[in-house]
Amino acid sequence: MDGLHNWTLAAPEIFLAAAAMILLMIGVYRGERGADLVSSLCVASLGIAIFLVLRLEHGTAYHELFLVDAFTKMMKVLSLLAAGIAIVMSRSYFVLVGVWRFEFPVLVLLATLGMLVMISANDLMTLYLGLEMQSLALYVTAAFQRDSERSTEAGLKYFVLSSVASGMLLYGASLVYGFAGTTSFPGLARGFLAGDVATGAIIGLVFVLAGLVFKISAVPFHMWTPDVYEGAPTPVTALFSVAPKIAAMSLIVSVVMGPFRPLLAQWQQILVAVAVLSTIWGAIAALRQENIKRLMAYSSIANMGYVVLGLAAGTEEGVRSVVIYMIIYLAMNVGTFAVILSMRRKGVMVERISDLSGLAQRQPMMALALLLFMFSMAGIPPLAGFFAKLNVFLAAINAGLYVAATIAVLASVVGAYYYVRIVKVMYFDDPAEAFDRPVERDMAVVMLATALFVFPVFPVFQAPFMNGAQAAAKTFFSGR
Amino acid sequence: MIHALAFYVFAAVTVVSAFMVISARNPVHSVLYLILAFFNSAALFLLMGAEFIAMILVIVYVGAVAVLFLFVVMMLDINIAELRQGFLKYLPIGAAVGIALFAEILLALGAWSVSPVAAGSLRAKVSDVPNTEALGRLIYTDYMFLFQAAGMVLLIAMIGAIVLTLRTRPGVRRQKIAAQIGRRREEAVVLVKTRVGEGVSS
Repeated sequence: MDGLHNWTLAAPEIFLAAAAMILLMIGVYRGERGADLVSSLCVASLGIAIFLVLRLEHGTAYHELFLVDAFTKMMKVLSLLAAGIAIVMSRSYFVLVGVWRFEFPVLVLLATLGMLVMISANDLMTLYLGLEMQSLALYVTAAFQRDSERSTEAGLKYFVLSSVASGMLLYGASLVYGFAGTTSFPGLARGFLAGDVATGAIIGLVFVLAGLVFKISAVPFHMWTPDVYEGAPTPVTALFSVAPKIAAMSLIVSVVMGPFRPLLAQWQQILVAVAVLSTIWGAIAALRQENIKRLMAYSSIANMGYVVLGLAAGTEEGVRSVVIYMIIYLAMNVGTFAVILSMRRKGVMVERISDLSGLAQRQPMMALALLLFMFSMAGIPPLAGFFAKLNVFLAAINAGLYVAATIAVLASVVGAYYYVRIVKVMYFDDPAEAFDRPVERDMAVVMLATALFVFPVFPVFQAPFMNGAQAAAKTFFSGR
Repeated sequence: MIHALAFYVFAAVTVVSAFMVISARNPVHSVLYLILAFFNSAALFLLMGAEFIAMILVIVYVGAVAVLFLFVVMMLDINIAELRQGFLKYLPIGAAVGIALFAEILLALGAWSVSPVAAGSLRAKVSDVPNTEALGRLIYTDYMFLFQAAGMVLLIAMIGAIVLTLRTRPGVRRQKIAAQIGRRREEAVVLVKTRVGEGVSS
């Protein structure tokens, strides 16, 4: 009976792994022509996986290596959604540059499998394996456009720097294991609660956090982000900016709120520093960017800063604000990238901010969608982004992090400048040469759905999202 | 007695071959000495009763890693004279770093103390199960999930390597077995009557 229990709890992961292998075989036998089929089947598999996740019971499996609760289920659904949308958005780009191959959706599927394992990690070993599974697939997708020098460079840079981060994480994990004597999250929590905290374990925690913070590209481990975002194929950038962030963020949440919760005083300082630095640097460095993909890189750095600030509060309210922020961030980012992916002239992708000038006169609906995303990211009420930031700041202030919250608010004001600048370019500058029309149907659907979510769906119907996030946050505070 | 003798023989060969790895002039010889060092270390593990690690060392390190090194060394055109140029110049710095590291190791070993709990578990003999079997029992039961996940990681690495390097070049001539078998005599053979001294000009 116990054995069967294991299989049912990991059903989405097992399904995704099997689906990835079967789709790989289909792709191999159908050759290049199979790419469209494999891609739609991948999206379908992700959909089925969402369904399987929603039906999961709560509990631990595989001798406490693997955990399913309301929080992990929520985060898994978000990552699956982000990965599915990324695959849908990738087709037209790769067809355009001539590398539309069936391996891409399969690799995204495998990366998503890694994310699910990460999110469900209940042991340092599961954590590491999930992280590596996800990263390894993502390195390859970054270099997927292998005849492009920039894509290869992005892949290599991401690989080398990310390996260093993985090394730090492993070193930290080994220190934690050495001093605490176990790698299991519940075991660590019990040990630390008993007041048996060695300095070595705290140093280990710092290294583990450094490795994880790298994955969400928060300052001071953000160096790779602009280059990788700019160099990687745009759909891959769209994927990078959402799905892995959700998975890594949820991992940070479950690590600090789970095994290391008794060490709140220690990790709170780290997270506050990371949050403050990220928000400041994300806002200031983005001011002079001309390339919209680089701009989005700095924007994601700043956004991660706000999320980390919410987590640094260390309260139930804080975790709830993290979950809500990730939901809204998913919608805003995916929508913006749908617009970026539609920026092409005569079949060539363009990615400079000045290319957007006068968009309002050429394509008013697309301009309106981007306006909603930009205002939302800037945090202007009544758009969804405002509520995301509001929750984070409230959580931080209620936890007594006044200085950090003030600095973050000020940074968000600075950051609003570059978001609003894009709106200004679109609405008040002389029109540039028109983009290709019509916009791809997939992109239009994604844009429309996310824009509707940002406004008016989220601001008007907040209750279900709030309740979901509340239920997710509660898992850490009510004994699982 | 024979046990100690075997230990000293294997240990001595390991140390000597490890030294030869860094001092051999020819990089191919270096790799061959490395393989010798691996084999002897495997024998040392065997003497300790860790037969699983011994086997893994031979299979993974000798079978895969060292052969890979050998390929790399043979494929890359390494100029040995150029590599050795700065050797004397950097020797003092290198020696200083080496001595510092060695001193640190000595200090660490000097301050080493084994916790009583760990000492107890080191001595305790868990069971009479050979360690390959014991590892197998753990990996296939408690750590089943991690084992499978590690398998997926390797699969991803394999797919990634293929995606990034496999290129279908146009104009490559391949064997088409069906076409070969389907050929008929009339398409392939022409009988030409030739006169002596004139040859065939088609």
